[in-house]
Amino acid sequence: MNATTLRKLATAVVLSAGLTTASGALAVDNLRIIAPANPGGGWDQTARAMQEVMQSAGIVKSATVENVGGAGGTIGLAQLADKEKGKPNVLMVNGLVMVGAILTNQSAVTLEQTTPIARLTGEYEVVVVPASSDIQNLSQLVEKLKADTGAVAWGGGSAGGTDHILAGLIAQAAGADATKINYVPFSGGGEALAAILGGHVTAGISGLGEWIGQIEAGELRALAISSPERLEGVDIPTLKEQGVDVELANWRAVVAAPGISDAQKQELAAAVDAMVKSDGWKKVLSDKGWMDLYMPGDAFAKYLADENARVSAILKTLGLVS
Amino acid sequence: MGALLDGFATALTVVNLGWCLVGVTLGTAIGILPGIGPALTIALLLPVTAHLDPTGAFIMFAGLYYGAMYGSSTTSILLNTPGETGSIITAIEGNLMARQGRGAAALATAAIGSFVAGTIGTVLLTVLAPLVVKLALKFGPAEYFALMVVAFTTVSGLLGTSRLRGMISLFLGLAIGLVGTDALTGQARFTLGILQLLDGIDITVVAVGLFAVGEALYVASRPELRSAQVIPIKGSLWMTKEEWARSWKPWVRGSFLGFPFGALPAGGTEIPTFLSYFLEKKMSKRPEEFGKGAIEGVAGPEAANNSAVAGVLVPLLTLGLPTSATAAILLAAFQQYGLQPGPLLFTSNSALVWGLIASLYLGNIALLLLNLPLVGMWVRLLAIPTPLLYGGILVFATLGVYSYNQSVFDLGLLFIFGIVGYLMRRFDFPVAPAIIGMILGPLAEQNFRRALSITQGDYTVFFTHPISATLLAIAALIIVAPFLLRLRQRRLASS
Repeated sequence: MNATTLRKLATAVVLSAGLTTASGALAVDNLRIIAPANPGGGWDQTARAMQEVMQSAGIVKSATVENVGGAGGTIGLAQLADKEKGKPNVLMVNGLVMVGAILTNQSAVTLEQTTPIARLTGEYEVVVVPASSDIQNLSQLVEKLKADTGAVAWGGGSAGGTDHILAGLIAQAAGADATKINYVPFSGGGEALAAILGGHVTAGISGLGEWIGQIEAGELRALAISSPERLEGVDIPTLKEQGVDVELANWRAVVAAPGISDAQKQELAAAVDAMVKSDGWKKVLSDKGWMDLYMPGDAFAKYLADENARVSAILKTLGLVS
Repeated sequence: MGALLDGFATALTVVNLGWCLVGVTLGTAIGILPGIGPALTIALLLPVTAHLDPTGAFIMFAGLYYGAMYGSSTTSILLNTPGETGSIITAIEGNLMARQGRGAAALATAAIGSFVAGTIGTVLLTVLAPLVVKLALKFGPAEYFALMVVAFTTVSGLLGTSRLRGMISLFLGLAIGLVGTDALTGQARFTLGILQLLDGIDITVVAVGLFAVGEALYVASRPELRSAQVIPIKGSLWMTKEEWARSWKPWVRGSFLGFPFGALPAGGTEIPTFLSYFLEKKMSKRPEEFGKGAIEGVAGPEAANNSAVAGVLVPLLTLGLPTSATAAILLAAFQQYGLQPGPLLFTSNSALVWGLIASLYLGNIALLLLNLPLVGMWVRLLAIPTPLLYGGILVFATLGVYSYNQSVFDLGLLFIFGIVGYLMRRFDFPVAPAIIGMILGPLAEQNFRRALSITQGDYTVFFTHPISATLLAIAALIIVAPFLLRLRQRRLASS
């Protein structure tokens, strides 16, 4: 599916969802939002932002957030598919990381056992080297990768996470042997950053927001960004324009419980749609520096399936999933 | 210096001083509850503080951070129940002191030590931040591994009366540390197919289980302890002249030990407390008192963990690098105020940064002012009849662990480890080595494998990197030196 079709589809869904809002009264009284993570992280922040915006904009009467953390979100997912089945007032935050975690943890429940509602936000990834590195641009890094894949030590977040997936996709697209990449996982962007600034690894991958400060200060050299086009106000070339045909967003989305009716699904979608269009949500996005990647309805369901196929293929190549 | 004075001007308003006191009080209360740490508290408070101006909020967070560290040592000393991993070592000597009626002195040395260390740490942060951070970045996986080896050698100071039992406890901790997803390959290890174990077992659950629940069960099992008379406070409520004399050097040494560890991206507050305890035992004129309630064993580690707290702010403020859970939350708080943390923060928001540093000084003073008068009240906690006191501890331990992750599974683990802790006490196995093994084991393993991954399997990396080689030499010396000394003495004696 090309981008235009996608956009058209999205528009259609948005329109129909908008109609539902206009016609029906708000049936979701007590919305429960499951954050499948412990307090503090991105999923938790997303859930709490949704709660605040939906309540203050009067989209729902009340909303509560429940943290069901652990195992990359698969514990929360298991609860959604089992205990919450058929409940029309439950939403769960999820994201790309969960797609990976389902595969690496061999979770019994998958995202197919949920009702996709919409992709909400996301962040693109940057590929960096320390300022002191002799690597000046992406093609030099790609050259190195092709010459001796293992000699390029990548620093990034947890094994099988977004950073790791991108390292694998880049190696693959560059024509190197992705099974041989030397990815060194650190427990969090902070530790990975220290290893890169100290020159202990060759290159690093993380979300743009996490490292933008160091990039602007000139301590990290950004070689590429994983967005489809250049971002406004960010002077970093994309992977694509440099001949590495990869794009990847670390997206966050919401899904509903399985076993709900179409009408119930539409109600939840309408509530989320009203939230995304509210001023409160726009303020949240700009305050937190989240990128608006809203994609509702069937387009999102298709996207989810595509991401699942892409992620499982690369994780297999990387040897994380057999 | 001028900038710092401006910082004081920012921080020293009546309203901000009020927030500072609120933070310290709240922090102390939270530190006392096992399981609830400063990171979680600040996370929960973030929405509340969104309406405050940034300076006020950060001043409150600074007070909260210090307060939590101190509150945790209070329960360590009085009840042998650390609220944070940084005060596990404090529990060892501190609780023994309390049992001899010197609980108030132990609390006082902890409070004053925290103040001294917090102040030294903040001074070091003010003057040395840019320098320290450069050094900290030199630490790659090989260097961290070597550092962990040094830390492991200090366990020998904590093994207790029987080396074998101590080692068994250490290896139990190492084994617990292995449970969960392997950080380097993403594969599950020892999870028995249980989803909840994939993230590993939380150190808080183990520490609270082994210490607090284990202690409560042990007390309950012993008729002579159950009916124990309230321990009378011996001598003066305050520290004696001798106790002052024995405390001040450990305070200073602990402060200088803790700060660089806090500044290291993977340093933490626990490891300097192990090192400080070991160092004080080695330097003490009365090493035989260690394990029986030596005040140096409280003063040093307490100073070390508080000074590490100031150290954590070095990479956060100079590089925008969060190196602990609390620092990560503080970073989120920066972002909430639209501040871009990172190398430019010092220049672009210098008023706020210096305000934060000034508020650390104030937080320290507030902590001392709040807690010294309370020492008398805290020791009276011990006057509560034992069954009620330990019943209360069980309630708080359970509440604290549950509120941490809201997981019933964690509660199950808590009581399993409680029973293990009981059995260890019953059969005279020391508990601390298990916790140390659990903290150091995964760090050592991950950094060892990272180092080898980066060099593609070249083991010489540990000896060719100068810092790593030096640290390994120190570790070797710590192990070999006692033998050599004994050999020399024997030779001297025979000749």
